[in-house]
Amino acid sequence: MSGTTEPTTTEMLVHNHVELALHTLRAGSGRPLLLLHGLGERSPAVAPVAIAAWPGPVAALDFTGHGGSTMPIGGGYTAEILLADADAALERLGEVTIVGRGLGAYIGLLLAGARADSVRGTVIADGPGLSGGPSVPTSQPVFSFDAVATPPDPYALAELGRDLRPPDYATTFARLAVQGSGLHEPISVVARFRPSWLRAVVDEPGVTDADSVADALARYAG
Amino acid sequence: MPTDSTPTLAGLRVPDREYCIDAGGLGIALHEWGDADAPPLLLAHGGFDFARTFDTFAPRFADVGWRVVSWDHRGHGDSDHAHLYSWDADLRDAAAVFDHVAGREAVPVIGHSKGGAMMVQFADAQPFRFASLVNIDGIPSKRPIPDVSEHERTRMLGGELSDWLEHRRRTAGSQRKPGTIEELATRRGRMNPRHSTEWLRYLVTVGATEHDDGWRWKLDPSMRFGGFGPWRPEWALMRLAGFGLPFYGMLVEIEEEMGWGTSPDDVRPFMPENGRLEILDGVGHFAHIEQPAEVSARIIEFLGRPA
Repeated sequence: MSGTTEPTTTEMLVHNHVELALHTLRAGSGRPLLLLHGLGERSPAVAPVAIAAWPGPVAALDFTGHGGSTMPIGGGYTAEILLADADAALERLGEVTIVGRGLGAYIGLLLAGARADSVRGTVIADGPGLSGGPSVPTSQPVFSFDAVATPPDPYALAELGRDLRPPDYATTFARLAVQGSGLHEPISVVARFRPSWLRAVVDEPGVTDADSVADALARYAG
Repeated sequence: MPTDSTPTLAGLRVPDREYCIDAGGLGIALHEWGDADAPPLLLAHGGFDFARTFDTFAPRFADVGWRVVSWDHRGHGDSDHAHLYSWDADLRDAAAVFDHVAGREAVPVIGHSKGGAMMVQFADAQPFRFASLVNIDGIPSKRPIPDVSEHERTRMLGGELSDWLEHRRRTAGSQRKPGTIEELATRRGRMNPRHSTEWLRYLVTVGATEHDDGWRWKLDPSMRFGGFGPWRPEWALMRLAGFGLPFYGMLVEIEEEMGWGTSPDDVRPFMPENGRLEILDGVGHFAHIEQPAEVSARIIEFLGRPA
């Protein structure tokens, strides 16, 4: 992915027993844009072209078990723990707008609901891990992996690739975002692939379609 | 405040063997009662408990010929504190314990509360490991507050989310609050109001460690009662219906904060064929601690004695 070539700086945040890498892709003033990567990815090395028009600084977080963040021992990933990862970035950055890819889009939705007063718009984009697992309980396998030294953590790939995402759970977060953000349309969806949880979210008041990340961000740049 | 009614320390026996196994890089502490060569029987403890809470219960099975094995879940008791905690991770640790104790042979299993619910899911995922399953008040059945409006439920979730995230922001480097044995016993008594002071004091001596500034529970301080997520309690019930193994469900008459408040009518529609469901009169969520002799006798009658 090509983008601007400003040098990236990285700060380590502490979330319980984990250190999280928060990268500044572009310095500046005003409300930061927070990028949340997809499952198995890491933060981009440079600010992507798609967000070039964003007027403020751009930050990107590596989730637990990804990129420059801690590789936990023995797994135990949930989307809710990654929500708290993203909240650690929010605590550091203050009010943000979010662009999430895949898994990061789902986490962005959770954060938009959980911290509605601090998230000024969330853009849900395609990317790995967008679908999650089933929306009903299944007889899922119990598994273990040998430890690896290089991210991403195989437990992250396996556990976050199958986490339960019932549509009514996801819509609750969309409603919290609408109720608490003060924005008319706090959630913008540019993803073309729409798993059941996202189809339900799109039907919620306050959730709108957008043609591109740039178009969606233009709504929140003010 | 704790009462001095039940239980007592009668029949208490410390484990005959205690050691750690390596569960994928994480140390999981095992505690065993009885002859090391006897047929194994596994005990799974509840949330915020630890294996040594079976000190008055496990010996009763050892005395009839079982090698009783329990383990501390990650972050509990003498097991390692982990980077992350989840239901799936607990099941993975349990699989490591089962592998260590019994290989891939079927064994009888008893689970209490969260341990019982976990074993229901484990028996559904890996039935070959289970000769039978006894569940002591560990069958989740419904949302804790089922009769509120959707709007109100959303508002409540918002509050829970904020509280939980604020907790997560504070957990780095945090420690359990220190105190005297008496103070820790009193604190635990708020969650275990039917436990005797004598028992609660004993739990401190095995579930906490003494530091320069006092005793602290071994439990990872990042753990917190309650929480939220996509999981729904009633999903555990659905798994019961498909069980092909002998199943014995025990519910209790007296509801407590630590229980799920599951009623027999919640469970009966999902009971497996030949399953057994009973209500234990006059006891609360920790029936096996309140009445270890009576509860173990019922279970031994169900399991039979080891061959």
